[in-house]
Amino acid sequence: MSSDHRKGDPCGASGISDQALRRELEEIVAEYPEKRAGALMCLHRVQRHRGGLSPASQVLVGELIGISPAHVRELVTFYTLFLEETPGRYHLQLCRTLSCQLRGAGELKARIRQRLGIVPGGVTEDGLFQLTEVECLGSCDSAPVIQINDDYFEGLDGDKLDTLLDELAARPPVAGGQG
Amino acid sequence: MAFEKVLTRNVGNPAVLSLAGYEGVGGYVALRKALKEMTPLEVTEEVKKSGLRGRGGAGFPTGVKWGFVPRGGERPVYLINNADESEPGTFKDRLLMAHDPHLVLEGTMISAYALECHHAFIYIRGEYVREYEILMAALTELRGKGYLGRGILGSDYDLQVTIVRGAGAYICGEETALMNSLEGRRGEPRLKPPFPAQRGIFGSPTNINNTETLANIPFIIERGAAWFTGIGKERNAGPKLYCVSGHVRNPGVFELPMTITCNELIQEHAGGMLHSGHPVKAFIPGGSSVPVLRADELDVVMSYDDLAEAGTMLGSAGGIVMDETTCMVDALRNLEAFYDHESCGQCTPCRQGCGWLHSLLTRLENGGGVEADIPLITELADNIQGHTICPLGDAAAMPARAMVAKFEDEFRAHVTRKGCPLRDKVMA
Ligand SMILES: Cc1cc2nc3c(=O)[nH]c(=O)nc-3n(C[C@H](O)[C@H](O)[C@H](O)COP(=O)(O)O)c2cc1C
Ligand code: SF4
Ligand code: FES
Repeated sequence: MSSDHRKGDPCGASGISDQALRRELEEIVAEYPEKRAGALMCLHRVQRHRGGLSPASQVLVGELIGISPAHVRELVTFYTLFLEETPGRYHLQLCRTLSCQLRGAGELKARIRQRLGIVPGGVTEDGLFQLTEVECLGSCDSAPVIQINDDYFEGLDGDKLDTLLDELAARPPVAGGQG
Repeated sequence: MAFEKVLTRNVGNPAVLSLAGYEGVGGYVALRKALKEMTPLEVTEEVKKSGLRGRGGAGFPTGVKWGFVPRGGERPVYLINNADESEPGTFKDRLLMAHDPHLVLEGTMISAYALECHHAFIYIRGEYVREYEILMAALTELRGKGYLGRGILGSDYDLQVTIVRGAGAYICGEETALMNSLEGRRGEPRLKPPFPAQRGIFGSPTNINNTETLANIPFIIERGAAWFTGIGKERNAGPKLYCVSGHVRNPGVFELPMTITCNELIQEHAGGMLHSGHPVKAFIPGGSSVPVLRADELDVVMSYDDLAEAGTMLGSAGGIVMDETTCMVDALRNLEAFYDHESCGQCTPCRQGCGWLHSLLTRLENGGGVEADIPLITELADNIQGHTICPLGDAAAMPARAMVAKFEDEFRAHVTRKGCPLRDKVMA
């Protein structure tokens, strides 16, 4: 998509204060006829700033939208994009669905295993890469596809993947980012 | 007359990302026309006359659906633009949002006006982060320039638009699951009735349409229903976005009238087969949920009605092409793994049936299958379909039944040869 050279940047902790975060969340919630409807957007925002959705973060969101922490956790466990633990700095989300399978997703999975020693669900020891197999990313015309943090990397093959992983590993950590 | 592309006319023209650029190519003319010259009912009538059918999967006439929404009642009316796009093989709404966000917004705004709705929502799948940012930037510019809020564009019509991001659940594309999700709940489908037009989000009448459906509205309003019905064929009118992926040379989104055949789409528009030595074996015309077609069935026209007659569906028009190296058992295994993963778990036939299909097909592919497994696939499909709260169960059952019916010999060969006869040729 974008030609931005920072494509794939980690989206970890931003260092925002609790107070400032709370203000951002209040602004989100104000857009909805009922506070609870702000839940998904609030959880997305907290995850962007804090990396993962810790129990304390879940309590905070629950307070703001008027539901119990248990009901917040119900959401966090239902929706696959919400993570309780902060993922590796680069979260490789490899599409495994049919169009990507037809165009070589299996080869990418084998290459990641060979190079990084991880299978789906795993994180490298240095915390740099985490691998998750995901379902169709809506980019089947450029299969096979891996989403890394917020960005899609399309039309990959084993060699392009190697180059990409080298490039990401060589990047200095972003200021304020985890890892 | 040559077919004129409208939905994708701005693709690749970054100028239209800004309000000025979009207006420079005729943007928001239709919205102004609707607000100044037409009543909400007149807009609805025009859409009814156009015969536009929903592009989200079911093909229900949009104007008729709008007619179900009660107006002037005590409770506010809500409109939802369904941009959750997660049906495997489908990536057309993403193209619209990434390249023409103001078209998506204008379609939403005119439709909201028609429904006398003052707060519309766009629910975009969570993975589409960049598309969300593009859409949000366009929305922010509109808010800053008096296109939203009180008395938009000098009219007495108030409108607010909110964009909500989903969070990774395919089921949230189903209308009632989406409504629960939008309300801040788990995306579990609701029993109907009550239907959304009576009781949708926040206990209010709610109308939900697909992103591509709503992108047609500005053109219908600006050019009139007769222009729209002049494209394609009767009952299957207007421009259509077709997605093609899999074993073709030039995969992508193609805007065409619904007179195109599967063969033409694959061979002429998508550049033909990826490897010239490997002809097409099978084609899924409408996203992973619809029955597969064999190579000898591809002269069928890709309209709602022609595909239905051929025993399949246009669905979301997500075409997946498979060449002769593809194992049909493995392809079905891949899809059933998807439904197994995405089932919300409320209904036993779907929750258990999808898991059973997935494990049975995995065993069959790996050489552990027995003769009785083959009729069992169909039996499982029969026991899922029609016995669940939402159509996800049907979506898992239909492709299974069709694959077995059309490629039964290949399924049998997996039993007799104790494994996949094509494995070497397929993916790792
Ligand atoms: C499991 C499931 C997933 C669906 N996903 C989508 C989707 O991603 N986008 C969409 O527009 N419709 C989807 N639908 C269809 C919607 O329920 C609904 O029919 C559609 O949004 C209506 O819009 P339309 O009338 O413009 O087609 C899905 C349906 C089911 C059963
Ligand atoms: S059919 Fe499946 S996805 Fe739909 S409500 Fe039932 S269990 Fe959930
Ligand atoms: S199958 Fe991988 S993006 Fe659609």
